[in-house]
Amino acid sequence: MIKALEYFVEIIKGSLITCRHFIVNMVFHTLKVLGIKTKRKGAVTIQYPEEKKEIASRHRSLHRLMRREDGKPRCVSCMLCVTVCPSECIAVEATEDPDPEIQKIPAKFNIDMSRCCFCGFCVEACPEDAIRMDTAKIEIAEYARKDLIYGLDKLLG
Amino acid sequence: MDILIIVIKIVCALVWFLTLTLYLTWLERKESAVIQDRIGANRANIFGLRLIGLFQPFADAIKMIFKEDFVPPFASKFLHTLAPFLSFFFVAVTIAAVPFGDRLEIGGRHINLQILDLNAGLLFILAMLSLGIYGIIISGWASRNRFTLLGSMRGAAQLISYEVALGLSLIGVIMVYPSLRLQSIVAFQGENLLGWIPKWGIFLQPFGFLVFFFAALAETKRVPFDLPEGESEIIGFFTEYGGLKWGLFMMTDFMEIIVVSCLVTTLFFGGWQVPWMSADGFHFPWGGTWLLPHGIVVLFQLLAFNLKVFFFCWLQILIRWTYPRFRYDQLMDLGWKVLIPLSLINIIGTGIVMGILK
Repeated sequence: MIKALEYFVEIIKGSLITCRHFIVNMVFHTLKVLGIKTKRKGAVTIQYPEEKKEIASRHRSLHRLMRREDGKPRCVSCMLCVTVCPSECIAVEATEDPDPEIQKIPAKFNIDMSRCCFCGFCVEACPEDAIRMDTAKIEIAEYARKDLIYGLDKLLG
Repeated sequence: MDILIIVIKIVCALVWFLTLTLYLTWLERKESAVIQDRIGANRANIFGLRLIGLFQPFADAIKMIFKEDFVPPFASKFLHTLAPFLSFFFVAVTIAAVPFGDRLEIGGRHINLQILDLNAGLLFILAMLSLGIYGIIISGWASRNRFTLLGSMRGAAQLISYEVALGLSLIGVIMVYPSLRLQSIVAFQGENLLGWIPKWGIFLQPFGFLVFFFAALAETKRVPFDLPEGESEIIGFFTEYGGLKWGLFMMTDFMEIIVVSCLVTTLFFGGWQVPWMSADGFHFPWGGTWLLPHGIVVLFQLLAFNLKVFFFCWLQILIRWTYPRFRYDQLMDLGWKVLIPLSLINIIGTGIVMGILK
């Protein structure tokens, strides 16, 4: 009987918790409607398309290829990123560069974004610091799959 | 002229009922969101006018109307179509016996603000609410799907475990206010206890209220007692429904909330009575009076009734978003071993107290 009473008390306590949340949040919502600024908000929701969360500086977002000072891509087509990529989404085709110091530049550098798992291994493997994942772009949606294959033009962009 | 008045009353009551039902879906979303520190549905708009999601029920209704009306090929087509209408109908008719207010006097005519002033109005509402189970059983049976049948069987078993307590808990009320006519039950609650406490059912029948409220929560078939449905894990009775027919079942749920709120208000919280207000205005227990014209008094009564009903709708949604579901045997235990003995003790206690006071 005492146990049943304790159970009943706990039930009431549970509803008091939700009731407290309701009242406290409603107070903050009402203050917002009245135009009073408060430090705390009534809801933790971020209204996404209009309001965006700040992306952390270490966040791995859409890739970009870096350029040299003369505008050519830094990439020397060493194929390290292609080798290390766990989802095999990078395809590089090399071509000759007239500069004997560089020797090779990519003729084609495709990343299939539909396969990429954003692990960042390519960035770590790159000896030339030619690929980075710091564009803070995270909305990479397309209507067709072929549009998700990013070539040199988009990556250097 | 009398027929016209009755038609107007029916239309008004139904419009009130259905609008409240629509906006309970909105309230459910918003209230659950506020409880869980979210915002809730606020995107539905008309020409960019959002109004905190107030158009959401209409968006839902349009979506449900334009969905395919699908009947599974193995189902019994007639019964499958009949079931949602049955359960909707039995809840919708209960509004006929709910007293919204006292008599309204217009041009020498007394209009009772209740569609159907039955001598056994309470029994009528309870009977109709219980008949709603037929919609559930038929829907489960006619879908010809084992899981929906199990769901409706759970519904039937739930019905027999709470319905007895629901009826027994009201016997105390009927003993205190010796009538089954809801208008006279409300009228009795206009008097005062010890000169200042309104003679509401909650003060005369606290245990009766508790038992009735638990049993009525089971009646609405929502979360702490949503065994027939079990939307998250166990498969419920309307699995084979879609579109508007499913919408009718969902509306039935919300309408049951309103009916239960109306019943709780009428029986235990004074119905349309405002504390210390009688037909000509306020008579405060400390001696002051504040006389009001008849129209204002009726407005106050309607407002009081609505506020009480809103409060209980709110409370039931709060309960739905607080508790996890009862297990099957726990519900049976609660019904047969706790609620029924409690209500029997309540009847005996009420009888003894009434005998002593007489």
